[in-house]
Amino acid sequence: MIPSLISWLTDPASWSGEDGIPARLLEHLGYTLLTVVLASLVAIPLGLWVGHTGRARWLVSLTNSVRAVPTLGLLFAVSLLLGPRISGELAFLVPSIVVLVILAVPPILAGTYAGIEAVSPAVRDAARGVGMTGWQVVRSVEIPNGMPLLLSGIRSAVLQVVATATIAALVGLGGLGRYLIDGIALGDYPRAAGGALLVAVLAVVLDGVLALVQRRVVSPGLTAGTRPGRGGGRGSGGGRGGLDGAGQDVSAAGKDSSDQMVEGERFAGETRAPI
Amino acid sequence: MTWLGDNWRTVLDLAVSHLYLAGVPLVIGLVLALPLGWAAKRWAGAYPAIITGTGLLYTIPSLALFVMMPLLLGTKILDPVNVLVAMTIYTVALLVRTVADGLRAVPDHVEQAATAMGYRGLRRLFGVELPLAVPVIAAGLRVAAVSNVSIVSVASVVGVSQLGDLLVDGYNRVIWGELLTGILACVLLALLLDLVIQAGTRALTPWVRAQGGRP
Repeated sequence: MIPSLISWLTDPASWSGEDGIPARLLEHLGYTLLTVVLASLVAIPLGLWVGHTGRARWLVSLTNSVRAVPTLGLLFAVSLLLGPRISGELAFLVPSIVVLVILAVPPILAGTYAGIEAVSPAVRDAARGVGMTGWQVVRSVEIPNGMPLLLSGIRSAVLQVVATATIAALVGLGGLGRYLIDGIALGDYPRAAGGALLVAVLAVVLDGVLALVQRRVVSPGLTAGTRPGRGGGRGSGGGRGGLDGAGQDVSAAGKDSSDQMVEGERFAGETRAPI
Repeated sequence: MTWLGDNWRTVLDLAVSHLYLAGVPLVIGLVLALPLGWAAKRWAGAYPAIITGTGLLYTIPSLALFVMMPLLLGTKILDPVNVLVAMTIYTVALLVRTVADGLRAVPDHVEQAATAMGYRGLRRLFGVELPLAVPVIAAGLRVAAVSNVSIVSVASVVGVSQLGDLLVDGYNRVIWGELLTGILACVLLALLLDLVIQAGTRALTPWVRAQGGRP
């Protein structure tokens, strides 16, 4: 089986035209980008609002319970509902994108909310105390502090979408899922396995890239080891380092920041709906 | 509803297969995750490697894993074993971190007290540390259970029969009753597994209730 898989992957015909690997890969990435952007436009403002005001927390648990609904069933139901109402090529695209957005909202919403929620009240009070308005607190305190968890939410959403877009080939969506679904339908195992391999590699690579972005984008005030819960602001880690026991302080700081990343990653695992 | 009235026997049969394909990997996955999680806790250096490795497995989309299984196992493409092994991989991937974190959350002074009272090695692990980690492990198990029930329905695409068949057939033949029955049955099955795990957790942690809910 493996030689036939390799020959499918190295066959120039697999790499050219509308059904070629580059075209399918771009389609897959396009759906993912479109969906995650649309879902973020809904979920981030909503999560900020719920986290900042503490109102409507039930929204987060409600969207999380979507998890128990089988993805495949949701995909089929929405396609049957919307498909006949839309004409042309869009009849395949719109229902799938709608489902992908529905599935991408909960992790981003939960991540944004959890990030904001985790900001310690002392930090928030201090921000108010120095005269920040509500919007300034959100922008300069809550968003930077909540960034690790927010990005974890986006990471989960991306994986969710990459996986579900594969299955959406069943209802006519393009992308790498075509190789799997068409390969199985035609009894062409090398094509199906090649598609599976490409999807798996895409998921792992995207997750790795996002993990790097996560490390980059997070405020140095957090990675320097002063967790929001400690009440320290940006740069205070360095200040404390000047006191006695500097070495000890640095090691404690290192542990804090790695803990926070671990927390973020654990969060990503738990908010991700099954695929 | 008339569809369900005419076909409830089929639904029941499919639900049993679904429970088997989702439940057996849950048990095997837990058994495999215990030593791995313990190793991640015991050797701090191994923790990142074990957690990253299992996390990586969890990023692989289910349909892709199902399709790749015959390559790894040498099985036939339609063999249910592919699904069982793939689901076990997902369960282990989810649970290793939970087990490691649950064991790590046992306070040092408790471990020291247990050692002082003569609990050592495996006896301390099974008599003190694991029981105290049960609530954390159970929380992970609940996530894995709900996740497994949903993922298993995708196995219909690779020809392994369970409740997902109702979804595929309901969609292909546009039978809303069948499609909705399939969705509802999956949700109910996930709920059922969740309740069983919660009941098991309660039975295993009598001290939580004795303290009025505090762990």
